[in-house]
Amino acid sequence: MAHTISQVGRRVTVLDVLIRARNLTKKYGDFLAVDNINFEVLKGECCGFLGPNGAGKTTTIKMIHCVLPPTSGELTVAGMTVSEKPREIKSMIGVAPQEDNLDPDFSVSNNLLVYARYFDIPKAKALMRVNYLLKFFQLEEKRNVIIDQLSTGMKRRLILARALINEPQILLLDEPTTGLDPQARHMVWDEIRALKKQGVTIILTTHYMDEAAVLCDNTLIMDYGKIIEEGAPAALVKKHVGEEVLEIDYDEKTMQTLREKFPKARLEVLGDSIHVFSTEPHGVFTEFLKSFPLKNAAIRNANLEDVFLKLTGRKLRE
Amino acid sequence: MKLTTRIASYFKPPKLTYRLWKVWRRDFDVFMKTYKVNFFPPLLEPIFYLIALGFGLSAIVTSIEGVRYIQFIAPALVAISMMYGSFFECTYGSFVRMYYQKTFDAIIATPVSVEEVIAGELLWGATRATINSTIVLAVVAAFGLVSGPLCLIVPLVAFFAGLTFSAIGMAFTAIAPNIDFFNYPGFLFITPMFLLSGTFFPLETLPPLVQTAALVFLPLPHLVKITRGLILGDVSLSLLISVGWLAVVTLVFFMLSVNLMEKRLIK
Repeated sequence: MAHTISQVGRRVTVLDVLIRARNLTKKYGDFLAVDNINFEVLKGECCGFLGPNGAGKTTTIKMIHCVLPPTSGELTVAGMTVSEKPREIKSMIGVAPQEDNLDPDFSVSNNLLVYARYFDIPKAKALMRVNYLLKFFQLEEKRNVIIDQLSTGMKRRLILARALINEPQILLLDEPTTGLDPQARHMVWDEIRALKKQGVTIILTTHYMDEAAVLCDNTLIMDYGKIIEEGAPAALVKKHVGEEVLEIDYDEKTMQTLREKFPKARLEVLGDSIHVFSTEPHGVFTEFLKSFPLKNAAIRNANLEDVFLKLTGRKLRE
Repeated sequence: MKLTTRIASYFKPPKLTYRLWKVWRRDFDVFMKTYKVNFFPPLLEPIFYLIALGFGLSAIVTSIEGVRYIQFIAPALVAISMMYGSFFECTYGSFVRMYYQKTFDAIIATPVSVEEVIAGELLWGATRATINSTIVLAVVAAFGLVSGPLCLIVPLVAFFAGLTFSAIGMAFTAIAPNIDFFNYPGFLFITPMFLLSGTFFPLETLPPLVQTAALVFLPLPHLVKITRGLILGDVSLSLLISVGWLAVVTLVFFMLSVNLMEKRLIK
């Protein structure tokens, strides 16, 4: 069986690759929205695109579902080139866009039925599918309600339901939980996990690093149109920020002590606190605090957000 | 890009499949949800015009071109309803669906292409023209202002003329930065056309230059001629010039509006 080695050395068989981008570029005039990127999405995995606003995530997603034509490079979905087989590709993809584009002229169930028509799904099958999806997303009671009367969380769920109307093999979720309350967010997460179990390949963009850490098998971190890092969330955390982070109130003396005690660690001053990132194993900070009892010291696990901020910086983008 | 290729890119024939009817069907379904409200304006408006102008002015204007004044304006009201029905559907209506509701974005994420979305919208605009003008025609007939079976061709004319005004409207929609923009084509194109197309007085009473300009640049005078001929049962071969004029303009604007919209939606 043929093998390919992607950038980070993931050994994967060609047959497992569902989406492949080679030197993919999207230009608007002189602006490079997506700058010569390479990536692979494997069958059945959940792949997260992370990055600050304007990094090129949504542009990449739109190229995958054939709505934006790439300027150059190669992009294939299930072996088909996006510019050649847009209808075939679009019929196997479900898209939940960032902005609400539900049809306000129709009720909840008619939104799904009308959308099913665009996919040539026969009426009887569409009705069954709609019933199933309304149940799955707990929207049965809202069946005949007009879109305007739905809460943000319900709209989000209906957009997900609509994305699944054609039983897609690939699901593209562009910031699926933005603006949701924690309850609704966890519900959406559960639903995404359930879909993954059913074998659906999922690509998601998000600004919430905890979301990516919980859901994604693989993450691609984008910035200024480029992919700057790729890997499983846990592996990225370990590689870039280590195991634990110590947070202490800032003062010059403490800073001095920390520098001496952790010469290899990365010290970052944020506002009025110091963050210490150490690559040493679990427990070093606990030991340290036993001998140097400092005020307001807290130890927490390193997380994907630390990685993200380290790689993309703290400067605002917009 | 060379200028010629650039111009050609605005007139390339769209690739269309049966899927455009799914877009038409969406608009039709929305229309049917509130059909009672939708049927009212085309039903009431001509009644007001016929009473106000037809009866009101008939004391002053006894006859024009050998027919009673009310008979003269009745076919024009039918033609105007075709223009309004389609032009406003594909300007305000399409703009709301494209810009505020993002309906087009939602549809092009499915196997339906952007060309089919726009073509479906144009056909729906043409359908609106047909529905509205058929109601107006019925009102006009109820007033006893229709002579002969030729008027049965009017709905067919309405569909094709509706396509003309839909395509022109959609071209404006493609370049509209915001919804207020439609005031320009409304006041600078539709309103003067409403008045200067042989609608409420014969075109021939206008200065020759205005007459020529109206016939060269405006679709409505041609449409009024055709509709009047069919409703009054007085057709001549010279109407074919008007049919040809409308056919060419429709074809040109159909291509132009689809391509302009594609350029706007797919960047």
